Amino acid sequence: MNAKSKGRWNIVIEVIMILLALLFLSPFYFLLANSVKSFGEILSNAASWPQEFMWSNYSNAWKLARFSEAFRNSFIVTVISVILISLFSAMAAYRMVRANTRFNQVLLLLFVAAMVVPFQTIMIPILKVVNIVGVNNSFAGLIITNLGISVPMAIFLFHGFIKSVPLEIEEAATVDGCNPISAFFRIVLPLLKPMLMTIIVLNALGIWNDYLLPSLILQAPELRTIPLATFSFFGQYTKQWDMALPALTLGVAPIVIFYLFMQRYIVEGIAAGSVKG
Amino acid sequence: MRGNKLSQFGQQLFFVGPALLFFTLITIIPFLMGMYYSFTDWNGVSGNVSWVGISNFTSIFTNDPDFWSSFWFTVRFTVLGVVLTNVVGFFLAYLLTKPLKTRNMLRTIFFMPNVIGGLLLGFIWQFIFIKGFATMGDITGWSFFNLPWLGDATTGFWAIVMVFVWQSSGYLMVIYIASLSNVSKEVLEAAEIDGASRMQVLRNIIIPLIMPAVTIGLFLAISWSFKMFDLNLSLTKGGPFKSTESVAMNIYNEAFLNNRYGLGTAKALLFFVIVALITVIQVRVTKSKEVEA
Repeated sequence: MNAKSKGRWNIVIEVIMILLALLFLSPFYFLLANSVKSFGEILSNAASWPQEFMWSNYSNAWKLARFSEAFRNSFIVTVISVILISLFSAMAAYRMVRANTRFNQVLLLLFVAAMVVPFQTIMIPILKVVNIVGVNNSFAGLIITNLGISVPMAIFLFHGFIKSVPLEIEEAATVDGCNPISAFFRIVLPLLKPMLMTIIVLNALGIWNDYLLPSLILQAPELRTIPLATFSFFGQYTKQWDMALPALTLGVAPIVIFYLFMQRYIVEGIAAGSVKG
Repeated sequence: MRGNKLSQFGQQLFFVGPALLFFTLITIIPFLMGMYYSFTDWNGVSGNVSWVGISNFTSIFTNDPDFWSSFWFTVRFTVLGVVLTNVVGFFLAYLLTKPLKTRNMLRTIFFMPNVIGGLLLGFIWQFIFIKGFATMGDITGWSFFNLPWLGDATTGFWAIVMVFVWQSSGYLMVIYIASLSNVSKEVLEAAEIDGASRMQVLRNIIIPLIMPAVTIGLFLAISWSFKMFDLNLSLTKGGPFKSTESVAMNIYNEAFLNNRYGLGTAKALLFFVIVALITVIQVRVTKSKEVEA
């Protein structure tokens, strides 16, 4: 095929893909356009551009859904969980690579096997454990559970990555008087940055969006994360779309903004994670 | 020598300790407890837990039509979901590795539904199926839009499939893009010079070379659709008449709505065995089809 017809073919593909992308985006149009309409206008025509913008829908939903509280809760849980997951997994994987004992080999196998266990299989006894430890209905309980569930995958990914990190730099640091712990934090951890970013974004997305686990552990309304707040708000205002849609938009906005800023890392992270996984 | 051994133990404790502690507490212990509880009549509330042998399992196999109908729903959903998300994901990737001007923007858009949680997506689509489709039906007059999307067992099933494909193909697209961009240009050019058609190149060169990505794409799609919970919860609540209830949802309801924790853990254990079996077989089969370039 010659270059000219190849170029023309690419334009055809481009047009088709743009149309497809618009179709893909159309749910967001319905969401945004209707979130600022009056209830009557939503019922009479859900496809039209809003006649007048009812911004008060947003302030009503913000207050009634206790959105600032939900946002803060989601933020606290996600940030602390993600920091601890990345730190503890990096540490464990580092040690498991550098001290390749029989024990650590078995441990790696156990982590890999655990990745096949569906959450539903362990969720019922997890609640019992959380109760025994005394951290039910608390952020601590949710964070600990997030850690226990997410650590295997993170360790597996770090393990593959650390194997390719050369030993010489650490040895030089040890000769210069670094102990293993400071060598890890000052030399190795910075070298892990690409994989660290992957683990951070993948876990941040997963934990921010999680509904099932927080719904089982957090009962107090003031502890609700965004998915929980949205769920209970929807239960109260079913079919009251002028309330429900702005609340949904508010719930979706933070993660979409996060995505637009971090998309390079998210996309690279998925690609990197999948090659190893 | 002794001091060195101690410091090795100290290092093991310091580095591996925290991760191992939480992993044991949240995955290992609950898994073992689940095995125990699946042979009991535990109701989640009372302290009295008595051993009932295999009666939970016999009742699942002989006397639980709801579990098997949710299982059948999950199987049908998984087959369709896995095929459609992978086909759509692959073709998006295939076309978006061509030199298009808007390529990066398009990739960003197709991936976007994926960053939003299933629960919120389900609610957004609930509005679209109820109000958006009705309006589109009025405007276009197409009967497609006027189907009872969430009110009927068949259309409800397809509604969930549709949203799932919309949500998940972007993720698989990213994986296929990564894999496609590793296919060597020389091989493709050589094939073109030899006069191979587009379809021949696709079938005989590209697809065999990206089999590792296919392995992963199938694996992910299988585990997502098998474990699906959020999407049906917010879209249909498993209705109408439990027709869109997934296995994950059935387990949840058994434990937390019916307060039969023992029976719930038995189902959960059975679920684990099935998921593990299917994923192991799938990975074995597709891995055997992988080739070296």
